[in-house]
Amino acid sequence: MREADIKQAVRQFISSAVRLPDLGDDDNLFESGIVNSLFAVQLMTFVEKTFGIEVEADDLDIENFKSLNATTHFVVRKNGHGAG
Amino acid sequence: MEFRKVAVVGAGTIGIGVVTDLVLHGLSAVVVDISADILKRAQAEILNNVRVAPLLSRTLPRVTRDEAAQRMVLTTRLEDVASCDFVIENVTEDWAIKKPVYEQLERVTPPEVCFGANTSCLSITRIASVTRRPANVVGVHLMNPVHLMPTVEVIRGLHTSDAALDTLVALLSRLGKEAITVQDLPGFVSNRISHLFMNEAAFVLQDNLASAEQIDQIFKKCFGHKMGPLETADLIGLDTVMRSLDVLYDSFQDPKYRCCPLLRKLVHAGHLGRKSGKGFHTYPSA
Repeated sequence: MREADIKQAVRQFISSAVRLPDLGDDDNLFESGIVNSLFAVQLMTFVEKTFGIEVEADDLDIENFKSLNATTHFVVRKNGHGAG
Repeated sequence: MEFRKVAVVGAGTIGIGVVTDLVLHGLSAVVVDISADILKRAQAEILNNVRVAPLLSRTLPRVTRDEAAQRMVLTTRLEDVASCDFVIENVTEDWAIKKPVYEQLERVTPPEVCFGANTSCLSITRIASVTRRPANVVGVHLMNPVHLMPTVEVIRGLHTSDAALDTLVALLSRLGKEAITVQDLPGFVSNRISHLFMNEAAFVLQDNLASAEQIDQIFKKCFGHKMGPLETADLIGLDTVMRSLDVLYDSFQDPKYRCCPLLRKLVHAGHLGRKSGKGFHTYPSA
């Protein structure tokens, strides 16, 4: 899956949880109070199921899920691809 | 005091959080509920909580799934708590359910064992009255999610001894938690105030004064609250909020605690909040 498609899927998932038309790619979801930290678990579960990724113990860092870009880059990194 | 094994009676939302917290902090738990199915679901949720804990907290100890699994025994037999050092009871917030649990706990545990009654509204003195150890019954109002919340409202019943309070505070300290000890009246401090707040937010929504999102945003953005009142109700569980309001209403006989009809309607519709995927807000399933 292309990086742009991954980002679109992640954006859709976040939008289904919070109505936020102006979500910036690097907006910190948790620091800004857009969502509470429990949403990180939902986002992580979504990423695992949608992209077939196994989130390992060392990946369980809020930094990997703090924004649309962070989550997308995490998926790309774990999948080992993402050109385009 | 050393805590080797702690009984957790009731494996609902809070019970699951309590066991998560215990096993994360290296303590063993005997978890009791009424059916194998409930226990199976609870075990899965506890193990998942342990797994994702590092994502939510940098300070909680890291524990593997196997270590966590080894630290808990799940059972439907209340007599299996006989060898525990402390009992934390978290069964449904309903006197008709709690009372027989305490009568049975009284029979199956040594008299020196303290009971931590985890209730959001019921009087600790009333709970203690069905046991023969009222000095050893102390209220512990743990907040959800238990393993992420650093402070606990502790309640001294009319007969609660200093020793029982000290034992509970020591256990909480072992879990990295601070206790704020208050006296005993229904709802204590937290729920007596917070449930009026959540209930009024439901009335505001019912009156179409604002959307659920707007109500919560006002408290987050204007008052700096971490969560709005409706999100908080969704997190607690709307069925639990409704039951607590009913207890407050019955206890004080004061109409200010009447449950908002919209809140009751959502409960009857099965929209219980975060745990059912929908309450005042919708929670996407992954």
